[in-house]
Amino acid sequence: MSREIVQFAGGTDRLVLVGIQRRGPELAHRLAVLIEAKEGVSLPRGTLDITLYRDDVGTIGPKPVVGETHLPHDLDGTCIMIVDDVLFTGRTVRAAMDELTDFGRPARIGLCALIDRGGRELPIQADVVGKRVDARPTDRVDVLLAEVDGRDAVELVRVRGGGAGD
Amino acid sequence: MTERFLGKDLLGLEPLTADQIRFILDTAEPFKEVSERAIKKVPTLRGKTIVNLFFEASTRTRISFEFAEKRLSADTVNVAAAGSSVEKGETLVDTARNLEAMRIDMVVMRHPASGAARFLADRINSNVINAGDGTHEHPTQGLLDLLTLRDQFGRIEGLKVCICGDILHSRVARSNIWGLLKLGAQVAVCGPVSLLPMGIEDLGVTVFRRIEDAIQWADALNVLRLQLERMHGGYIPSLREYNRVFGVTVERLEKAPKDLVILHPGPMNRGVEIDSRVADGPHSMILGQVTNGVAVRMAVLYLLAGGRPEMAEAAKGRAGEVTE
Repeated sequence: MSREIVQFAGGTDRLVLVGIQRRGPELAHRLAVLIEAKEGVSLPRGTLDITLYRDDVGTIGPKPVVGETHLPHDLDGTCIMIVDDVLFTGRTVRAAMDELTDFGRPARIGLCALIDRGGRELPIQADVVGKRVDARPTDRVDVLLAEVDGRDAVELVRVRGGGAGD
Repeated sequence: MTERFLGKDLLGLEPLTADQIRFILDTAEPFKEVSERAIKKVPTLRGKTIVNLFFEASTRTRISFEFAEKRLSADTVNVAAAGSSVEKGETLVDTARNLEAMRIDMVVMRHPASGAARFLADRINSNVINAGDGTHEHPTQGLLDLLTLRDQFGRIEGLKVCICGDILHSRVARSNIWGLLKLGAQVAVCGPVSLLPMGIEDLGVTVFRRIEDAIQWADALNVLRLQLERMHGGYIPSLREYNRVFGVTVERLEKAPKDLVILHPGPMNRGVEIDSRVADGPHSMILGQVTNGVAVRMAVLYLLAGGRPEMAEAAKGRAGEVTE
């Protein structure tokens, strides 16, 4: 995946890895460490919380949690790789692109997802994918990371008679 | 049906639990960053209409609410009592019902009568945020004071905070007392006997008669303004005497065993309750309070506007979930 990201950006000169909360920043960091070791460079990173850009404020739960957003100062002309754990409806990515363009004018934005589970509701596709999984709309795909969850795993959870996920 | 965590309205800090107050403060943290961006705006409340209904003079609070609303992309209308139909004798409920007929979502109200916010909230469907009602409560001011103290000390629990000055007429004092006590701080008040409410000790508050004693005891002072407009009668002999006996001065603070953090909700009467050298000194958090005010109000607007109970049911199980 790290090789594909460098290929996508045509080198590391303008590359910025931006992780979407909550698991994205950890994944972005891991990918950045791999790229840095191979290319001998230091990569700028960012963290994005898209809660405030969701298209469903009226339906947020009773106790919504807003995370942090940190981005490098100047995004103009950069090549941003958005990093997320699971790509599903595409709505999170739509919100992330809206938020990024409020911070500057990147030359190019790409999308990297560890898991692509299908089920898109918007015309959005990933440029770099770790693994494609065929999941039913009612299934849950959980990516667990040692940094956050204590262990690394990807779990496909069948929710019996479950409602739609996000 | 899932209830919203904060309910429909924010009327005061007295009805809230410690968990609810902490949650608002935690939600305010990420909103601080929005005001630091080049484009200080997020689309969160796009399409929501908010009316700022101010029946009393206000600069800081009204502007702070307006910034908070605009930075969340809400549409706002300001109504001041002067120059409105209120002058023609319209009642509060009629004014609000007329506004509701224009399909608004929220009302932010300041009113000279204690309990006005509750009165309104019980009668309209829109969310009501109390921006100060008489001498009752000013919850967003209480919250921003808590946030400022938490920024400074990293905690509220165990902190010794003394609220100084005109406690009797102060809604800021009441919101602060409730908020601080719920989060586990030790609270004291200090001021002339004529400006302390009877029975205030029953709230679990220590009373200091001398400002020197308060300064010896406290970690932080919240210095209140002498509300001359609410004093109809001889509460204090003169402003000069008040300053001599109760004024927070550098000379008095120098005798403290540690550096005290100084808060003031504004507007300040320099040379009366607080000296300029203190207000502009290194331990004054007064401008930090103003910055935090916008973040706290954004958090409150966001939490009240989002998650309508009927829709929260559909969103159950994904509360707080920000990944796909």
